[in-house]
This record gives sequence, C-alpha cells and structure tokens, in this order.
Amino acid sequence: MSKKEWPLWEVFIRGQHGLNHRHVGSLHAPDAEMAINHARDVYTRRREGVSIWVVPSKDITASSPSEKGPLFDPAESKTYRHPTFFDIPDEVGKM
Amino acid sequence: MSEMPTNATADAAVTDQALQPAFFDWLCRMGDNALVLGHRTSEWCGHGPVLEEDIALANTALDLIGHTQMWLGLAGEVEGKGRDADALAYLRDAMKFRNFLLVELPRGDMAVTMMREFLFDAYHHLLLAWLSENSSSPRVSEIAAKALKEVSYHLDRASDIVVRLGDGTAESHRRMQDALDLLWPYTGEMFTSDEVDRAMVTAGIAPDLEMLRSKWEASVRDILEEATLKAPDPGGYAHLGGKQGRHTEHLGYILAEMQFLQRAYPGASW
Amino acid sequence: MYAQLVKSDGLKAREDMSAEERAFQDRVDNGEKIEPKDWMPEGYRKTLIRQIGQHAHSEIVGQLPEGNWITRAPSLERKAILLAKVQDEAGHGLYLYSAAETLGVSRDELLEKLHSGKMKYSSIFNYPTLNWADIGAVGWLVDGAAIMNQVPLQRTSYGPYSRAMIRICKEESFHQRQGYSIMMKMAFGTLEQKEMAQDALNRFWFPSLMMFGPSDKDSVHSAQSMAWKIKINTNDELRQKFVNETVPQAEYLGLTIPDEKLAWNEDKQGYDFSEPDWAEFFEVIKGNGPCNRERMEARVKAWDEGEWFRDGLNAYAEKAADRRKAAATAAEKPGYR
Repeated sequence: MSKKEWPLWEVFIRGQHGLNHRHVGSLHAPDAEMAINHARDVYTRRREGVSIWVVPSKDITASSPSEKGPLFDPAESKTYRHPTFFDIPDEVGKM
Repeated sequence: MSEMPTNATADAAVTDQALQPAFFDWLCRMGDNALVLGHRTSEWCGHGPVLEEDIALANTALDLIGHTQMWLGLAGEVEGKGRDADALAYLRDAMKFRNFLLVELPRGDMAVTMMREFLFDAYHHLLLAWLSENSSSPRVSEIAAKALKEVSYHLDRASDIVVRLGDGTAESHRRMQDALDLLWPYTGEMFTSDEVDRAMVTAGIAPDLEMLRSKWEASVRDILEEATLKAPDPGGYAHLGGKQGRHTEHLGYILAEMQFLQRAYPGASW
Repeated sequence: MYAQLVKSDGLKAREDMSAEERAFQDRVDNGEKIEPKDWMPEGYRKTLIRQIGQHAHSEIVGQLPEGNWITRAPSLERKAILLAKVQDEAGHGLYLYSAAETLGVSRDELLEKLHSGKMKYSSIFNYPTLNWADIGAVGWLVDGAAIMNQVPLQRTSYGPYSRAMIRICKEESFHQRQGYSIMMKMAFGTLEQKEMAQDALNRFWFPSLMMFGPSDKDSVHSAQSMAWKIKINTNDELRQKFVNETVPQAEYLGLTIPDEKLAWNEDKQGYDFSEPDWAEFFEVIKGNGPCNRERMEARVKAWDEGEWFRDGLNAYAEKAADRRKAAATAAEKPGYR
C-alpha cells in the first residue's frame, strides 16, 4: 500500500454557459491542479461541461441532518414568498 | 472502401500527381505516429497506476485513434487506390509503416510512457500549430486544427506530470531521468529531413523541421529544467529509419497483434 | 450480479428494532433517500460497503477480459469503441468507490481488501475472452445482465449509491448495444465468424445466468437487503427477466442457446430454462475459475508498480504547497528579506 492516499475532491461542473455549477461526484488527486485535470478526464468524457470547480472534500461543511427541521421547516410557513400566494384578476393580464 | 467525401474541402494537393508519392508517404507518417503511439497508450487500459490516470491515458489513446482515422483516411484518398484508413492500418506490413522509432518502443513504466508522450507532444503540438495556420493544403490544415485542440491538452498534461515526477521523490526522479536518457536518442528522428520532408516544404504543405527543432529544444529544455532533470546533449547520436520503414523489432509484434483478425479472416466485415 | 454474495444479517423484525431503527425503516419505506450524515443502522452501513465495494471491484476487474482485445480489435472504429467502453468501466469503478467512501471507508482500504482476497468481485470476470465474438457476447450478455440489476438500483435507498447508478446507467446505455452490434456482424458474417459467435454464446450463457447469484430460496441475506432497499428485485426474478429478453435476441441472430431444456411456458409467460451449475459457481467464487489468478495478478501488479508514481505526485504536491506557504510568509514579512 502507498504511504499516503491521494486526498478526495468534490467536483462541480457547469454544464452550459449561464447555468450554476452542479455537484457531479468525487475523485482522488494529489492537489487542486491535478484534480482539475482528473475532473476533465473523468467527468467530461461526453462533453458535459464548460467549467470545473474542485473542492477538497474535507473542507466541505455540511448541515447536520438532526437540524433539518429547524433549518428548513420555517420556510414552509412563508407561503407569501411564492407568486401563487397572490390572486391577481385575469383581466390584469400576465404578471 | 474509401471515396472522396462529398463535402470535403477543395484541395488541389490531394489530386496533384507529381506530389502524390511524397504526400502519401508524409500522410502515412502523420497517421502511423498517431496509430502506433495510440496503440502503446491503449495498452495501459485496465493496468494504470490509479483509476484517474487509467481514464486519462485512455482519453489520450482515443484522441490518437481519431487522428489516425483522419490522417490515414486522407492518405488513402491521395493514394487513389481505394484503400481506406483501416486498409492502411491493418493490411500494411512493417516496412510500409512510416512512424518514428520513438513511438513504437515498449510502453515501459509510467516514466517512459509519460516522458515519451511529452517529448512527442512537444513536437506534435508545434507541428500541428504550424499546419493548421500555414499549410498550403486546406485538408491538412483542417485535420491539424481538429487534432491541435486535443494535443494541446496532451502536452499540458504530459508536461505537468513530467515536472511533478521529476521533482517528486528520489525514486520518481531517477525513473524520469532514466526514461529521458533512454528516449532522447530517438528524438532526433523527428527533426531529420529526407526527400519526402523536403518535397512537403517545397509544396508549402509542411514546415521546415530545422525551424521546429529549435523551438522544440527550447520548450523541452524549460520543462526539463523545472522538472530538475538533466537534458542529454542535443547533438548526440540519433536512431533513424522509422520514417523510411526501417523499424525496431518491436513494430512487428505490435502489428502481429493489431492486424491478427484482419489477416486471419481476409475480407470479413467487423 | 456485480455484487453476488453480499453478506448481511437476517431480517430484523419491527418489534426488535430500536426507536432509531424504526424511524430509519420508516424513511426507507416512504421512499426517502438516506444521505451520508444521516443516522443509519450499523448493519446497513456495513452491508452497503460490502455491496458497493464488490460492485466497484467488479467494474475494475471487468476491464481486464475486454481490455484483453483492445490491441487486437479488428478496425480503428471497433478499437475506439471498445477502448471507450472499457474506460467507462474504470469510470464506473471510480463513481462506486466514491459512493462507498461516503460510508467511512477509503478507496485504498477497499483496494487492499480486493488485492488480499478479503473482498470479492463478480464471478463472470474470471472467464476468459478467447475470440473476438466474446467481446460482442460480453457486451450483449454480461452488460445486459448487469443492466437488469442496475436499472432498479437507481431507486436504491442510499443517496450516493443511487446517484452513482443513475450516472452509470446513463453511460452504459451504449454498452449492450455495441455488444449486440458486434454479434450481428459476426452472426451474419462468414461461416468462421458465425462459428465464433456461437462459441462465444456457448461459453458465456451459463456464466451470465450465474451473475444474478444463487436462487433466493438459498439466500439468507436477501430479505434484510430488500427491506433496506439496497436490493430491489430477487435474483430469480431478474434471471427470469434476463432469459425472457435474451432468447428472442439470440433467435434474431440465428444462434442457439446452449440449453436443451429451454422452452416457452405459456402459463408463466416466460421461458423455462436449466439452472447453471452452482457447484462451478462456488468454485469460481472460491478462486478456482479459469482466470482468477491472472485477474488478481494483473490488478495487484498495476497497483504495486504504480506506487512510486502515486507517491511521486504526492511528494511534489507537498513540496509545492510548502513553497507556496514559504512565499506567502515571505510576502507577509518584508522586513525579514
């Protein structure tokens, strides 16, 4: 076994100009520059991307599942944030 | 069998009878280098040192197979005897192959593989850049422009790995230096002109190799220096002959493997 | 399948479950995805590591029998297609190892277990590829069998595994078709080609049926895995589906499936067929298949001979990071220079 495993990286790819980068998977690489090359070779074999981000997996901070309720449930009650909350008469036209 | 593609760019060089023998030979050199190096690179598939590298090497090999199809396809058209890229790849014997000795040497370890790719890519990139910009043959420029994008990446990747392994551990440094010393005498062939090269220069199809050599030496030297590797004497001995069909013993085995099915079952469709 | 004999504990009854386990099972039953940081029973985690690990190992060992023909592919196009396909298998191995890594095991650990024989891979890859039609048969039958299992696994309860399967299924859609396209060329080609095609079918038929694993009647592991939705269909269901779909494809090729008992059964609306030789299957799993030794030697060799390469690149990355750090420190303290 090698002395040390290459660190794990999370890969984000922008599929088309104008879209957000999206998480596509992970890979191993000794550093960021090589992670970018590997991401190009591993995750864009079918022309999937126009831009790549890589982030060391260890540097990702994730929300804790047990806090899912407190974090996300409050948004549920704020239905006025959605356009369908407001009734606009048809004769006003598209809004 | 091949026919002139109906949408092909008009190109007087393709049908120039006087130019034909040299042009055909030169196109075979382009195609055979890609074919044989692609073959060697594809041998790594499933045997790479780490998954990411296994995948990257296969990408390089796939690009080279694509280049082979384009160059040998055009060679078949220029020859005008109805041979397509497959007929040229699978039904010529070693003495008709026109690749450099450099690309047919066994793949060795990853040091030999990556050092060879780097030394060849540095040449390949300069050549394709010139061809895509300056070649008097529009068909040649077209192919070169397509291949250039891929080869730019090959060169970046290979240079990066050469630097990293040269300046990595003591063992990786030693292996890279050994690979460089082994391969260096085979690089001279890339820049040694013969009558075919001179005919291509005269026709404006391909560049003067001496001009490429100085650029190649400068760019290779920079990378080797960064890699803390010692470049051998550029004026040293050069192994020649591949471009004229005099090969090492290795090519015969490559072809025995590659051409087995086509030779054993003539006329079959696959 | 690619994970044929995954050990797990027997099915736990609801009344024996802790409150956490019950809540977990409810989420699975509701079709919710379990994500890496969620609480999960230790058995679920361990079984998944074994299953995803076996699946990943199968992908990378599976590169070898097909890779065997890359340098002998009969045309430039076939060579490119085969190389792209075998490269995809490496990619699929990579996605699956990544999924396993979210469960707290490293890829190197999993590889070490493969190399030392502590973890298995699919029995199918211990059979040799002897003629070019075998490359067709592997795509048609082996990938065909794999897809039967992988399509439902896109709905598996574990999020990272499910997402890996979605990506894999998307990429694999061309694999089976390229295999069948080779089979068509061979079966409709010269007499010699047809002979190769039949020979390939003869050798790969029963090993392909074995890929689904022994009958569920004999499996103590299936019930719990199905409750956890890390196994979606029974082995026998999938095997039957595979036979039903494959027989007409063989008929179209004019090839004979090497099973005298094969017959349409109107009542069950499916084919009756012979069981593979399960004694042979267990021998292959134990290491006595025709290519077990070669496959492991090739994997271990690639890994061992790659060590200096991986270490060299690591060493450079560390040096480069130190150099950057030193440069940054120097820049912060101009007075020291």
